[in-house]
Amino acid sequence: MKHVVRKAYWDYEKEEKWINDMTAKGMHLDNYSWCKYTFVEGEPGEYIYRLELLENTATHAESIAYLKFLEENGVEHVSSYMRWVYLRKKATEGPFEVYTDIESKMKYFKRVNSFWLSLSLAEITIGLANLGIWIANLTAIEEYSKFINVNLIGGAICTFIGLGCLSLSRPLRKKMRQLKNESHVHE
Amino acid sequence: MPESKNALTEVVYYILLSLYTPLHGYGIMQNVKDLSKNRVDLGPGTLYGAINTLLSKGWIDPIEGEKGSRKKEYVITDVGKGIVQAEILRLDELIKNGKKVIKEGQL
Repeated sequence: MKHVVRKAYWDYEKEEKWINDMTAKGMHLDNYSWCKYTFVEGEPGEYIYRLELLENTATHAESIAYLKFLEENGVEHVSSYMRWVYLRKKATEGPFEVYTDIESKMKYFKRVNSFWLSLSLAEITIGLANLGIWIANLTAIEEYSKFINVNLIGGAICTFIGLGCLSLSRPLRKKMRQLKNESHVHE
Repeated sequence: MPESKNALTEVVYYILLSLYTPLHGYGIMQNVKDLSKNRVDLGPGTLYGAINTLLSKGWIDPIEGEKGSRKKEYVITDVGKGIVQAEILRLDELIKNGKKVIKEGQL
């Protein structure tokens, strides 16, 4: 029996937790497309799910080689969305973490961080450019039209989203600093 | 043929040790877990990165898996064996010094 849940997540750690909570209730994620999760009923707690941001899109040759390696090692590739992949492993096989040592964790966190930063930068650039156009038009045209308001609203939304991405990724950067400290004494 | 005097990471050391007999990824994970009595549980992402680094350094080689098996197996090279021997000497020094100091401290 399939169940479709429409839900939007900004924070991938919360998303991962939610997916694992669903599994604990016997609802296993089977497919993800934009904000649409398809679950299949099964044994409660059968799997452990992990989300991973790949270096390339899931269809890239390097990603395919990596996902094939994972499949050979008991990790199932459930679904993917652009560079994000949804992975799962049978819970009977023990704990499942994709990265287990400081070096590879750090490398992974850097990848996620630069994903957030480039997203923020793009949004803020578009946002500020639109606000700039709005201000320029405000002084150039006396009666500003609805068209100009599009720049104001659009620009404000983009800037807001950009700032949101920056603040969402702040805990990640804190984790990176802690990990870096740890790396001075442990490997 | 030691490449440098730097320490190996635990992950690299145990992967190299595991590959004195050819193994595929899953075999390496299991072997490292057994060797370390469950202390070192290699994540597949960590293992994948380490294997690629070791391949590019020429410390391990890929080999054709068993017939009918499409899983890729790996084996340590002579260069890799030299690295392991140098690391054992280094670890030996660490342990000897550690034990010596602790013994003296107890007296």
